Amino acid sequence: MPTIDFAAFRDPDLVRALVARIRTTLGDRSLNLMEVCGTHTVSIGRYGFRSLLPAGLHLLSGPGCPVCVTANADIDHAVALARVPGAIITTFGDMIRVPGSTSSLAAEKAAGRDVRVVYSPLDAVALAAATPEREVIFMGVGFETTAPAIAASILEAEAQGLTNFSVFCVHKTTPAALRAIADDPETAIDGFILPGHVSTITGLAPYRFLVDEFGIPGVVTGFEPVDVLEGVARLVELACSGTPAIENAYRRGVPDRGNPVAQKLASQVLEPCDATWRGLGRLPHSGLAIRDAFARFDAARRFPVAIEPTREAAGCRCGDVLRGVIAPTACPLFGRACTPENPVGPCMVSSEGSCAAYYRFRD
Amino acid sequence: MSESADTVLLGHGSGGQMMKRIIDDVFYEAFGTPELLAGNDAGVAALAPTGRIALSTDSFVVTPHFFPGGDIGRLAVCGTVNDVATSGAHVRYLSCGFILEEGFPLADLRRICASMAEAAREAGVSIITGDTKVVERGGADGLYINTAGVGEVPPGVELSGAACRPGDVVLLSGTLGDHGIAIMSQREGLGFGTTIQSDAAPLNHLISAVLAAAPHTRCFRDPTRGGLASTLNEFAAASNVSIEIDEEAVPVADAVRGACEMLGYDVFQVANEGKMVAVVPAEEADAALAAMRDAPYGARAARIGRVGEPHEGAHAQVRVRTAWGSTRVLDMLVGEQLPRIC
Repeated sequence: MPTIDFAAFRDPDLVRALVARIRTTLGDRSLNLMEVCGTHTVSIGRYGFRSLLPAGLHLLSGPGCPVCVTANADIDHAVALARVPGAIITTFGDMIRVPGSTSSLAAEKAAGRDVRVVYSPLDAVALAAATPEREVIFMGVGFETTAPAIAASILEAEAQGLTNFSVFCVHKTTPAALRAIADDPETAIDGFILPGHVSTITGLAPYRFLVDEFGIPGVVTGFEPVDVLEGVARLVELACSGTPAIENAYRRGVPDRGNPVAQKLASQVLEPCDATWRGLGRLPHSGLAIRDAFARFDAARRFPVAIEPTREAAGCRCGDVLRGVIAPTACPLFGRACTPENPVGPCMVSSEGSCAAYYRFRD
Repeated sequence: MSESADTVLLGHGSGGQMMKRIIDDVFYEAFGTPELLAGNDAGVAALAPTGRIALSTDSFVVTPHFFPGGDIGRLAVCGTVNDVATSGAHVRYLSCGFILEEGFPLADLRRICASMAEAAREAGVSIITGDTKVVERGGADGLYINTAGVGEVPPGVELSGAACRPGDVVLLSGTLGDHGIAIMSQREGLGFGTTIQSDAAPLNHLISAVLAAAPHTRCFRDPTRGGLASTLNEFAAASNVSIEIDEEAVPVADAVRGACEMLGYDVFQVANEGKMVAVVPAEEADAALAAMRDAPYGARAARIGRVGEPHEGAHAQVRVRTAWGSTRVLDMLVGEQLPRIC
């Protein structure tokens, strides 16, 4: 593993100087900033920044946790796939515990279906190669960051001549969600803390519309303490100056143009499609579907399964949390009916979910 | 077939000839204590007449069975030795029960037993009784080990997690998170090339040294599953106090910090198998820390925090102070971070 000089990005003097810069710029103004990425939500909680930053600066969590934005209907679909005789469903850890309408992958596992946690879709390809008599389905949730890995897994399965590997692709792309939030009359976002990981792939171009059409600034931000505050400081300056722009405060991780090789890889296998987001509803061109040329690797097309009627959990306000309309603590279920041990909604399940992060770092 | 000679068979748990052979060839060969070799159903051995014993038991199901810095056998000895030792007892004897899956390689079993024997020697304890069961293939994941340990509690030693008082000092015997990350690095698909070794180690000598230097020590606990976060929350709840940890003072290896960043784990919640937390009165803190640093496995010991009055009305009594002066709640891990790490 490459050695990272953490000390420089955790320098207490730098942190204090950045906090002071934010205070000075903000003055007695009030701003709503949205951190789009779940990792930012966790970082802000972990570093205790809410206790340091001025009261007028509201940091709202956005739709940046892939598990959280996965619609109930998609979870129900995965549950139905898990019930296909002989199938092995593989996915990332958090996804397994998210409740669907009446079941979850964890409940299916307990009932004897073969549900396994993997750390990469390529692990699922290896599993398919090792168990040729079984159908291995990978449930792919995520954003632009993991889309190239999904594409790579399908190409790898093709190269190996595997006929028992497929992907249930519920990948999503961030710009459409940001547009929906910017356009939402219930929200009033003054600036977006743009996701560091997603932007390594996409670059800055997909966010320009925020400035051009909505006049809202955005800053691509990293995850160490100094990174986060540098991004916030710059965003506060842009929001207060009245000259919105999209900027990159995470240059060591994000080239302005992103990663063209990864973009090309993803688009070779995946194409934009309409997708349903929890909280935001159906958004045009906000998802990624497997292209027709790779239809045999598409679990949704390979296994026509009956999906149960969708039921939403009563009282769950994950949708409002994901749009930044309410803070997690304002949900009446928060910490009472809904806890990480007994989650009602996905934002309490995923370690990067806003509700789980607020719960973990609550005072 | 040659496989049958080299692997565990159902007959090895039968109570008959084959079982006698595996006991003689594998377990007696490795452990060989007089109490065990006596061949009775119960190991009989001497205890100093202090009037009190400490008894603890633990089961070990970790996968993989071999990992950087240790194996399930070393873990099975160290884990129980450390649990008994936290009472302040002199740890004397262990039992060990094996649940073996049909087909488990005997060579691996020998390696694991040799490792247990080595760890027992290091800790100065004797394995004096054991049990072997074999289950059919698919009934267990290779092998499971249960150990129980017994020790004598010296007169006057009264350690308890409920004994922490405001003003006390929290000590940690070394770097956090090594075991959990070492196991994780071996798991399928997580082959990041780290050199992180599990810290599995017997800490009974370290505890004895600290107790000798700081006789009014309140309590010890080894922060295994749930990590330091669970240990401190348990102390705070049992003693009705708050605890504040100075984040900068907590030793963490760079590679562990990097892996935690990458995987999104909080190092305070990652498991350890060779670390000890001690709460000591402030006036004995320097002596306790010096003793810890001089003891085996204590070279990187540090003073990491202090005990305070309870925060009235707050649900969270354990907080971390960051280098830049903010504080955050340190909660217990919810659910599983990684299954079967010990």
